[in-house]
Amino acid sequence: MKNRLKVLRAEQDLTQAQLADLLDVSRQTVNAIETGKFDPSLPLAFKAARLFKLPIESIFEDEQ
Amino acid sequence: MSPLTQNQDWKNTNKHNTTRLAKWTLAWVISMAVANFGPQFIWQQDLITIMAIGTNFMMGIGMILANRRQLLGLDELQQKIQLNAMGLSLGVGLIVGLSYSNLDTTNLIASHAEISHLVIIMGLTYLVGIILGHRKYQ
Repeated sequence: MKNRLKVLRAEQDLTQAQLADLLDVSRQTVNAIETGKFDPSLPLAFKAARLFKLPIESIFEDEQ
Repeated sequence: MSPLTQNQDWKNTNKHNTTRLAKWTLAWVISMAVANFGPQFIWQQDLITIMAIGTNFMMGIGMILANRRQLLGLDELQQKIQLNAMGLSLGVGLIVGLSYSNLDTTNLIASHAEISHLVIIMGLTYLVGIILGHRKYQ
């Protein structure tokens, strides 16, 4: 699953640690999602969508 | 409450859960040592031995509950890493343990198969699983 988390984070001028704080996860988790190594659960994806005030599909995209 | 304060709570809760688990584990290990060495070096009464083993068992239950709470407090990637490591440890423990037992029952090894060897194998496998998991998602 592709995502725009890194771009959105940069637009908000947030570090990975700050985004992790806002999402209640570890910095390692944010990094793993950004690099595509780990796909977040639906609740976490929705949380990110709420944080950036965007629809979930404009952040996460199915690669198939 | 601001999101940053919430996360600080999440981190503090995790830290607290980990400390609680460490304390229960330490108590379990100490009660295990007392139950094992007490009858040899401190007392000779069976009743005290039964009480020591019962205490060790209860400490084990407490450790399991503390472990459960600690795992549930982790975020989803951390839980995944833990689950993979525990699965690896269980699988290797089962396979190695039964092969080791077969070697013993067929008298292919001179010494008896000790449960402590299995615990060591499982502990080391779990540790390797955790390290590999963290490296994978680095």
